Amino acid sequence: MLDTIGLSTLEELYAHLPEDVRFHGALNIPSGKSEYEIIDYFRVRGHENANSHANFLGAGVYHHYRPVLVDTVVSRAEFLTSYTPYQAEISQGTLTAIFEFQTMICQLTGMDVANASMYDGSTAVPEAAMMAMRITGREGIAVARTVHPEYREVLGTYTRHQGVPVTEFEYDPESGQLDLESMEQVLNENTAAVIIQSPNFFGVIEDAKRIAEMAHAKGALLVLVFTEAVSLGLLEPPRDADIVAGELQSFAIAPSYGGPFAGIIACKEKYVRQLPGRLVGETKDASGNRAFCLTLATREQHIRREKATSNICTNQALIALMATVFMALYGKQGLRELAEQNLAKAHYLGERLWRRFKGPYFNEFVAATGVQSPDEINHRLLGFQIVGGLRLDRFYPELGNSVLLCCTEMASRADMDAVAEAFGA
Amino acid sequence: MITKVRQHPTQNESLLFETSSPGKIGYQLPALDVPPVDPSEVLGAEYVREEIPDFPEVSEVDVIRHFTRLSTWNYAIDLGLYPLGSCTMKYNPRVNEAVARTEGLMWIHPYQPDALSQGAFAILAELERVLAEITGMDAVTLQPAAGAHGELTGILLVRALLEAQGNPRKRVIVPDSAHGTNPASVRMAGYEVVNVASNDRGMLDTEALARMVDDDVAAIMITNPNTLGVFEEHIIEVARILHSKGALVYMDGANLNALAGISRPGDYGVDLMHLNLHKTFSTPHGGGGPGSGPVAVKKPLEPFLPLPRLQHASSGWSWNYDRPHSIGRVRAFYGNFGVLVRALAYIMAHGGNGLRRATLDALLNANYLRKLLETDYEIAYSAPSMHECVFRHAATGAIAKRLIDYGFHPYTVSFPLIVHGAMMIEPTETESKQELDLFVDALISIAQEVKESPELVQTAPHSTRTNKVDEVAAARKPILKWTR
Repeated sequence: MLDTIGLSTLEELYAHLPEDVRFHGALNIPSGKSEYEIIDYFRVRGHENANSHANFLGAGVYHHYRPVLVDTVVSRAEFLTSYTPYQAEISQGTLTAIFEFQTMICQLTGMDVANASMYDGSTAVPEAAMMAMRITGREGIAVARTVHPEYREVLGTYTRHQGVPVTEFEYDPESGQLDLESMEQVLNENTAAVIIQSPNFFGVIEDAKRIAEMAHAKGALLVLVFTEAVSLGLLEPPRDADIVAGELQSFAIAPSYGGPFAGIIACKEKYVRQLPGRLVGETKDASGNRAFCLTLATREQHIRREKATSNICTNQALIALMATVFMALYGKQGLRELAEQNLAKAHYLGERLWRRFKGPYFNEFVAATGVQSPDEINHRLLGFQIVGGLRLDRFYPELGNSVLLCCTEMASRADMDAVAEAFGA
Repeated sequence: MITKVRQHPTQNESLLFETSSPGKIGYQLPALDVPPVDPSEVLGAEYVREEIPDFPEVSEVDVIRHFTRLSTWNYAIDLGLYPLGSCTMKYNPRVNEAVARTEGLMWIHPYQPDALSQGAFAILAELERVLAEITGMDAVTLQPAAGAHGELTGILLVRALLEAQGNPRKRVIVPDSAHGTNPASVRMAGYEVVNVASNDRGMLDTEALARMVDDDVAAIMITNPNTLGVFEEHIIEVARILHSKGALVYMDGANLNALAGISRPGDYGVDLMHLNLHKTFSTPHGGGGPGSGPVAVKKPLEPFLPLPRLQHASSGWSWNYDRPHSIGRVRAFYGNFGVLVRALAYIMAHGGNGLRRATLDALLNANYLRKLLETDYEIAYSAPSMHECVFRHAATGAIAKRLIDYGFHPYTVSFPLIVHGAMMIEPTETESKQELDLFVDALISIAQEVKESPELVQTAPHSTRTNKVDEVAAARKPILKWTR
C-alpha cells in the first residue's frame, strides 16, 4: 500500500506536518493488554465497588429488573455497530424501532409528538425550557424546588450565560407537593415556562392539572419532568402539560453509576417545529411500501447551524432501543402490574416509617430518622449488605434527619423489614 | 391478503402495534411478597390512569422475532466498510461490551457511598489521565454526554475564564468548514458566531483571521484536521494570533483519529478541546448514541471545569463539589460511565504504541484510497490528506446511493458545505487492503455508470428491500407516530 502511494515508511504519511506539532515522545500508556488482562482489570475494579447489595436508593436512578431479551437485542451488531440512520434505505431497522419508540412515549405521556431521545433527563430540562422560550417569546423560567436538584443545577448552567432569569418556588412542608401560592407569586408576564416534576424529588405526586391551569392563566407553558418512568404505567398521564421532559432509565437501563441513560422531550403537536433532537417520520419508498426516515431536519444543527433549535447531534439511540424492547416486553398489562408492585412495596415500608410528607407517593418517600442520624442507620444497614436511603440535607439543608427511600419490585420483604428495624419501627 | 410478500429472509415486518392482540404478554413478575394496595385508595382516583391506549400486547417470541427481523434491515460496521467522513466508524471490540456489563460496574448507583464506588473512581481517574496524556492537556472532565455537549461545555469554560478576567467578550470565530454543532454550541453559550472562510488550500486564512480578531473575540473553534481531512498547518500561528488578543483556541477533536500518538494539540497552543469517545476510542455508535464528549483543558481553565471533580485523599477517592469557580453541572451524575468504561478498555488494549500505530494505519488507508480514486474523481483540495479525503462530484448523492448496491455504506454526502458535491471518505484503520480495493473497484465502476447509464445511478439503490425513500413527502406531511 505504501508503494501505491509512493512512500517508503508510515512516518512519511505525516511528514508534511510542521516539526513543532509532531509528537516525538512515547505516550505514557502501558503497552497493549490482552483480552484476558482487560477483563481481569475491570473484574477487580467491579469487586472494589458494592456488589450484590440490596439497594433503597432512588433519586433519579432506580433499581429495576432488566429482562434478558433487552441485551440480546441491543447486542445485535446491526443495531450496535450502525451509525445515525441518515441513509434510510439501509437503516430501516433502526428507523422503525425509533418510530415505535416515539409512538409508545406518546401513548404513555399523552403527548402528540416525542423525539428520538435526548442525552438524559437532566439535559432535557434546559432544552425544554429553551423550547418554551422560543414558543412564548418570553424569557423567564419558574422551577419548583421539588424538581431533582441536579436537574435544576443543569438548568442553571445552561441558562446563566444567556441571561435567562430562573426563579425557584417552594414546596408545602405538609404535603411535600409544590406550594401553589409560592408558585403564583413568582409567575409574571415574562414567565415562559413553569417546570415541575411528578412524582417529584420527594416521591410525591403533583396535581399537574391544577398547576397547568395556573400556568396557562399567566400565559406560561407547563413543562412536566419525570425521573421514574415506571410511574407512567399507573399514574394519570401528564396530558395537561405542554412539554414533557423525562428520563427513561427505569426502562431496563442499568444504573451504571449514572449513565448512559436516555432522556426524551414530548410535546403538543403545535410545538413540533420547536422540538430539539431527531425525529423519525413515516413515508413510502419508490415501490409504494411503507418506509421510515429522519425528518423535519430543518430544526437541526447540521442544516440550520447557529439558528438550530439545539446543538444536539448524537443522542442515545441504543439506550432508547433498550427502553423500546422493555416497553414491548412488559406491554399494556405488564407495565401496570410492575407499577402496582412498586406502589405496594413502597407503601409496605412507607406506612411503617415516619414519613415527612402526607401527599400521595408512588415508589419513593421521605422518612424521618428520629433520634438517630441517617448515617447511623445506613451504617447499620450496610452490615446486612443493604444500601440505605439518600440523606436529604445534602440538597435540602432544612430537611435534617431525613432520607429519601425507594422501593422497586426488586426490594424484598425481608430487606424492607430490615430497613424498618434499623429505623426502630 | 398475503402479507409475507417476499421470500422468507426478507419478509415484511409489521409494527408492534399491528401484531398486538389483547391479553398477550411477554413478561413474568415474581409473586408480590407484600400485601397488594388499591391504587385509587392510596393515591386518590384522580391520580390513577385508565389503561394505556394501544400500548403493545405481544409475547416474548413476538418481541425477539420483531427486533431480530428489524435488525436485518440495517447496514453495520460488522457487515463491511462504513466510510462516513468525520464519523470514524471503526470496529467495536466486543471485549469492551463484556467489561461494561461487569456486575460491579453495571449495577452501581451514583449516590451510593463513595467508599462503595472506589473501583469506579479508579477507572475514571485512569481515563482522565490517559486522555490528558494523548491530548497533551493538563486536566480532563468526563461529564459531557456527546461531542456537541462537550462543545457547549468547552465554550462555557471559555466564557468563565474570560469573565473571571473581567470581560466575557462577544464573539466566537467558526470556520465555514466546521460541523454544524460548532455554531449551534456557540450560540447556546451566549456568543455570536462569526464565520471565517477557508483559503484555496482548504485551510484557515491566517491573514484574514488576524484582521478579524479583536478584543471582542472570545475564541476560535477549530477542527484539526479539519473536515476536509487537511491538517491546519498554521495552527501555531492561529494560536499566536488569538492569544495575542487574549482570546482562546478551542479545538473540535472529532478528527483525533488522525492525531493520537503523533501530535498532541496541548503541545502547540490549543487551550481546550473535546474528544468523541464514540469515534476515536471506538465505543459503539449504536444507531446514533450513546456517545461521550470529554473536554481536555490547559491549567488556567481547570478551576472552571464542571462539577463534581475527582479527588483523592488517604481515605480514598471521593467527589469534590467545593469548586467555587466551576461553570456548574452540565448533566446529572458523572457522565456516561458505561461508555467511559468501554473507552478505557479500548485504550488499554492498544497501549501508547498501539494507539500511534492505529493512527498511522488510518492515515495509510485514507491516502491509499485517495491515490486509487484520484484518476476517476476530482479531489476537492490538493493539500495532503490525513485520515480522510474529500472528492467532489455533481452526482455525489446518487453515487452514494449506488454504492449501497455494491454492498457498501455511502460516504458522507454534501459535507463539508464549502465543497460543492462533496464526497467525504474516512476508511479508518479497521479496513484491510482487500476491503479497500473492493470499495475502489465499486467507485470506479460507478464513475463509468454515471457516464454510460446515468439513469441506473440516479434511481439507486436497486438491491435493497426498501428502495429509494421519499424524504420530501415525510417532511411535507409529518407522520411521527403510529395511530390506529
